[in-house]
Amino acid sequence: MNYVAHTKEDIQQMLSAIGAKSIEELFKDIPASLRAKSFNLPPAKSEFAVTQALSRLADKNATGLVNFVGAGFYDHFIPAAVDALSSRSEFYTAYTPYQPECSQGWLQAIYEYQSLICELTGLDVSNASLYDGGTALFEAMMMALRHTGRNKVILDSGINLIYRTMLYTYSSNLSIEFVEIPVVHGQSSREELYKYLDERTAAVIFQNPNFFGAVDDHSDMVEKVHQCGALAIASVYPVSLGILKTPGEMGFDIATGEGQSLGIPLSFGGPYLGFMAARTALARQMPGRIVGATVDSDGKRGFVLTLQTREQHIRREKATSNICSNEALCALRAAIFVSLLGRQGLIELAEHNYQKAEFAKETLSRIPGVQVKRSSPTFNEFTILLPRHANEVVHRMIEKGFACGFPLGRFYKGMDNYLLIAVTEKRTKEEIRRLADSLEAVL
Amino acid sequence: MNVPGNLLYTKDHEWARIEGKTAYVGITDYAQHSLGDITFVDLPKAGEELKQSSFCATVESVKAASDVYAPLSGKVTGVNSKLAQNPELINQSPYDQGYFFMMEFSNEAEKAKLMDAPAYQKYVEGLAE
Repeated sequence: MNYVAHTKEDIQQMLSAIGAKSIEELFKDIPASLRAKSFNLPPAKSEFAVTQALSRLADKNATGLVNFVGAGFYDHFIPAAVDALSSRSEFYTAYTPYQPECSQGWLQAIYEYQSLICELTGLDVSNASLYDGGTALFEAMMMALRHTGRNKVILDSGINLIYRTMLYTYSSNLSIEFVEIPVVHGQSSREELYKYLDERTAAVIFQNPNFFGAVDDHSDMVEKVHQCGALAIASVYPVSLGILKTPGEMGFDIATGEGQSLGIPLSFGGPYLGFMAARTALARQMPGRIVGATVDSDGKRGFVLTLQTREQHIRREKATSNICSNEALCALRAAIFVSLLGRQGLIELAEHNYQKAEFAKETLSRIPGVQVKRSSPTFNEFTILLPRHANEVVHRMIEKGFACGFPLGRFYKGMDNYLLIAVTEKRTKEEIRRLADSLEAVL
Repeated sequence: MNVPGNLLYTKDHEWARIEGKTAYVGITDYAQHSLGDITFVDLPKAGEELKQSSFCATVESVKAASDVYAPLSGKVTGVNSKLAQNPELINQSPYDQGYFFMMEFSNEAEKAKLMDAPAYQKYVEGLAE
């Protein structure tokens, strides 16, 4: 087999099959004015020269900084086994295979992933994953709209702005009435929610911990949401679920989130992982693939794609979603990561994160002029108030070797002096002390 | 194929049993047989206003999910809640225990657009050819 596409012979063969003499003749119906004269490409370079040019570009990135940036995506340790197992050729594909039941190993891996997501979120059913945390949240909102037949959605403004923007963009041609309720002292405002919550509300969406790092128990609000016949949706940080109350325990109907923190490297543009779990009653509203366990004609355990009548290849325009690509490889990595840690490991991982962030709060609060916000409990991320614009501080800290945090003014008006700091298990006490020393020096 | 004489039928294989101002609605024996084992049915809500021939329910079998259309216009007055747990009733007893919902129909004249049993029988035989 020839791996070079379009050899002269191929082209001749194709042309003669359709009865054209030349490529020119094939394109003759396109007016000359519309045809490209040239593609303005630079002269060809050798592989070595291209590698050098791209490396020079890559060198412009600041690398090797000690990372205290989170804001939805977190710098967690990834055990080598995750790479080793997920890169096995039997698994190395981005998709669930076509003719899926022929690939029992793959289906089992996804089934395990779904089971782990259910355990983590405390909910009944998980799909085989979605594109990323934002699309998962959008799909959850759409489930609520379909389920309730209503069109009003209340968003907590503590939801990552990226996600809120995605909800607005994806639904810009639908008639959805959005209400955003403000965050008061870092927490979801009960008072504001109850002002807007009514019998027309399809869904109320929270994030926990919220974008400022604040942890909340939404149980009381979820109860009120249900009294109005609406669904409660939570976007959650999976690593935090090692110690925090799960969405299931708080009564949420659907939980979604970004699965990057479960064994997927930080990378601009992904690939990342959207996870989604819901109560059984909503299974048929859930988008994308779901793997089920069954027995074959000999009574042996096997795996199948299930509830496929919700899907686009059967229901076409009535499918639950048409943007439900799953992220099989990333889901596999998450399944391996979570299995390697185990129940106890996940609890310990979450505790490490929590304790290191608490140590960082303690250490940073000693810097004159720095105020650590303590109005709410936090997990591994918290907000500090600086005596000057956070953008300047971030730039100066890069020179000191630190990516010191996310300037909240980028997403929230009037918060120019606020910095959001994430501390994962990878950060040492020594690094946290040096962060504090450098911060004190640049202020 | 069972086609009871006391019902009215649509080309989409729904039936309606008229009792005064109330119509019981379901899908025909032919429909349940074509769909195969039914696993789930999504029913309208009581109080919902339906229009003749408009979408009112979804029936899901191992093979496909199919839309069900209202045989008459009117308001849904109650649904067969047994179907949530026992969708197989549609296969076992399509004209009795497997009915979908009841409605108070609003336009007497619409009945003229439906087929009686002999007409439906003939219609289905025509499909088979």
